[in-house]
Amino acid sequence: MAFDSDRLADVLEPILKRYRRDPSLLVQILRETQDVLSYLPPAALTYIAAKLDLPRARVEGVAGFYSFFYVEPVGQYRILFSDNIIDRMLGSVELMDRLCNKLWLERGKVSEDGLVSVDTTSCTGMGDQGPALLVNGRAITHMSAERIDRMCELIRAQVPLADWPPEYFLVEDNIRRRDVLLAGDWPVGESIRAAIARGPEAVLAEMKLSNLRGRGGAGFTTAIKWESARVAPCHGDNPMRYIVCNADEGEPGTFKDRVLLSSYADLLFDGMTVAGFTIGATQGLVYLRGEYRYLLPALLANIEGRRRTGLLGQAVCGQQGFDFDIEIHLGAGAYVCGEETSLIESLEGKRGVPRVRPPFPVRCGYLNQPTVVNNVETLCKAALIAQQGGAWYASLGTKQSTGTKLLSISGDVENPGIYEYPFGVSITQVLNDCGAGNAQAVQIGGASGICLAMHEFSKHIAFEDVPTAGAFMVFGAHRDMFEVARNFAHFFAHESCGFCTPCRVGTSLVANCMDKIANGLGSQYEISEIFKIHRLLNAASHCGLGQMACNPLFDTLNKFRPAYERRLRSLDFEPAFDLDRALASARQMTGRDDPAAHLDSAPGVLP
Amino acid sequence: MKQLTFLLDGMPVPFEDGQTIMDAAMAADIFIPHLCHHPEFKPQGSCKLCTVKASGRHVSSCTMQARDGMEVENNTPDLNDKRRTMLQMLFVEGNHFCPSCEKSGNCMLQALAYELEMLTPHFDQFYPDRPVDASHPDVLLDFNRCILCELCVRASRDVDGKSVFALSGRGITKHLIVNAESGRLADTDFSLLDRAAHVCPVGVILEKRRGFAVPIGQRLYDEKPIGQQMDSLATRTAKVEVPR
Repeated sequence: MAFDSDRLADVLEPILKRYRRDPSLLVQILRETQDVLSYLPPAALTYIAAKLDLPRARVEGVAGFYSFFYVEPVGQYRILFSDNIIDRMLGSVELMDRLCNKLWLERGKVSEDGLVSVDTTSCTGMGDQGPALLVNGRAITHMSAERIDRMCELIRAQVPLADWPPEYFLVEDNIRRRDVLLAGDWPVGESIRAAIARGPEAVLAEMKLSNLRGRGGAGFTTAIKWESARVAPCHGDNPMRYIVCNADEGEPGTFKDRVLLSSYADLLFDGMTVAGFTIGATQGLVYLRGEYRYLLPALLANIEGRRRTGLLGQAVCGQQGFDFDIEIHLGAGAYVCGEETSLIESLEGKRGVPRVRPPFPVRCGYLNQPTVVNNVETLCKAALIAQQGGAWYASLGTKQSTGTKLLSISGDVENPGIYEYPFGVSITQVLNDCGAGNAQAVQIGGASGICLAMHEFSKHIAFEDVPTAGAFMVFGAHRDMFEVARNFAHFFAHESCGFCTPCRVGTSLVANCMDKIANGLGSQYEISEIFKIHRLLNAASHCGLGQMACNPLFDTLNKFRPAYERRLRSLDFEPAFDLDRALASARQMTGRDDPAAHLDSAPGVLP
Repeated sequence: MKQLTFLLDGMPVPFEDGQTIMDAAMAADIFIPHLCHHPEFKPQGSCKLCTVKASGRHVSSCTMQARDGMEVENNTPDLNDKRRTMLQMLFVEGNHFCPSCEKSGNCMLQALAYELEMLTPHFDQFYPDRPVDASHPDVLLDFNRCILCELCVRASRDVDGKSVFALSGRGITKHLIVNAESGRLADTDFSLLDRAAHVCPVGVILEKRRGFAVPIGQRLYDEKPIGQQMDSLATRTAKVEVPR
């Protein structure tokens, strides 16, 4: 398909106008362009670069960074299976094979008629209702063989997505245990009114008293972040402070922010407004992960409603001099953007590469202005504290980990979903509550978290014991912990931004090592290699992604060594190259699979 | 005013407020291995070869500001072991065949491999498919040797004001691109007079019709190991060769 400049102008001008030809909105412009053109053809990138006065190579570099941007033609239906280990345990691999077979399709390739392509993507945040997938960016849950077969018919008949059975797109909240946040009845705007009544200094004092710590994983004290941004000077022509909500919930196995965004959005927006009031910010930005795009219309409608009722805009709640508004930016498939400085880069329309720190965002963040980046759950908790006070909040949980924590529980449990607990709850208690009968391991905090074995189940969820961003993946006794670790190794290799040498190359080397072991060609040598690369990545990587990337392997190697060792071919070195396997493509091309097409003593073929 | 100093492998190194560990070390004639750093350009800390241990934490010395009294480890077996591993990673990630490379002897990657006693690439080769771009009349781009240091990106953007180069892709598929819809260097405004034409520390950006002017064996790092060439590393700035 050719794109002449007239047609491009027709398509692109309204989009460019809507985004004020602002280069910092490049990611949003590319996303909307792709919505219309289905991919980002070279001519469109050239056109956008010219109109935004950016070097073309920079626009191409941004388009090439994000998983959900396509610079080559794609199928009319683009199907991406969520490839977290939890989806795999629920049968996603078999379902994808079934779909590919039925459609006569090779994974990762567009069908010859340009109708459909099938591939995998990182965890889509539906671990409680998987196996899940995305069709043209829309989430579908509860996949089954029956749904696959029906989907094939819909695709072949070219039924528009809007006419697919609506139940496919249902996403349930699955709230299983409610504590203060989820059980409360929180009137809309109450937190803002309470904050205004207290005044910014008093809100900050309550935040300090509450000892609220960030819920995104790092556990930094929220009040310190707020105070630092509040006192940091703004600069330049447009001096402003910003509140950024990190809703890029990409950690495999986490989905609690999804529930907060769909059913507690008012609490979140209240929390952002309270934060803005406290630090003197006038603009809030929500960075919503691309996978949660289906939430966008409701969130935008909510924001519009808040503007009408005076909860956003000028003089919020009638408070003269307090102006605050909220915009939503959509991500485009990059786990690394959950790191706050990559998130800011992405918000500025760039490749999501983590910045050198210091300076930290509280001093020099979005557009180099003081910026608070908080997780969705953190901001919801801040809204509660504005209403109920810091002492109330500090009375919940433990001394070092105050308040409650939302856990996203998935895997081998009877009732997967969201569980809210006061900090300090034991792993055993959680396992009992969610109906995990025969757990041999729990991966806490997602792929970059820690893997606990049975003898550690008496530990507690708390920053001082087992910290977590919220993922709680349970693995029954029948699960193969090697495959769990291998899945995570590939996840990190796929999601490494590629900025620094150790992470860019090391994550791929580790994934290859794990594949070599899985292929039956592993030896003690690979195990030592993994340990060596783990130490290097931990020490020399630029950001947390690389530093944590080998954690799941390190944990499982230490705690579930037999899962690795029973695969090792020998305790000496084995080459990765396997002559018989290398002939596979020749066999495929010639349509042969008879004994004469194989080498006699084929090494590496497991009995 | 008291002279600010930090300890680098036990040696006091003076510095001025705002200087990085790398800047101060270079000024003091102490070698910290590096590839993406260049005194003329804004440091970015991506190659990680200059990783040192400062007050017990691993940091990039090119981006970390020195602090008074800081204790920094640089030339230690553990750090050099990590650096050697990262060099091996860079070697297997691209396609590096030193014996046939015009830059042999003038190449920082090769020189550092000698300096840090890297005897083999160790890891399995990735053998990426990276076609060369010979479209430009004066310059050949051999992407096989690219180590993604972004020096050409920075030079073209910050000095030449052209932004001829940028990066695309991510992770192990990250790669250098040029500023043209065709993807060809000939369709950019790149010139041999650009600063970016003369900053590549390896053998990606090569002047055409000018091969092996100095015989291998008599080149920069053939004369003296890179670790003893602090002068040439610090004065890499002005060496733009005007083409005939």
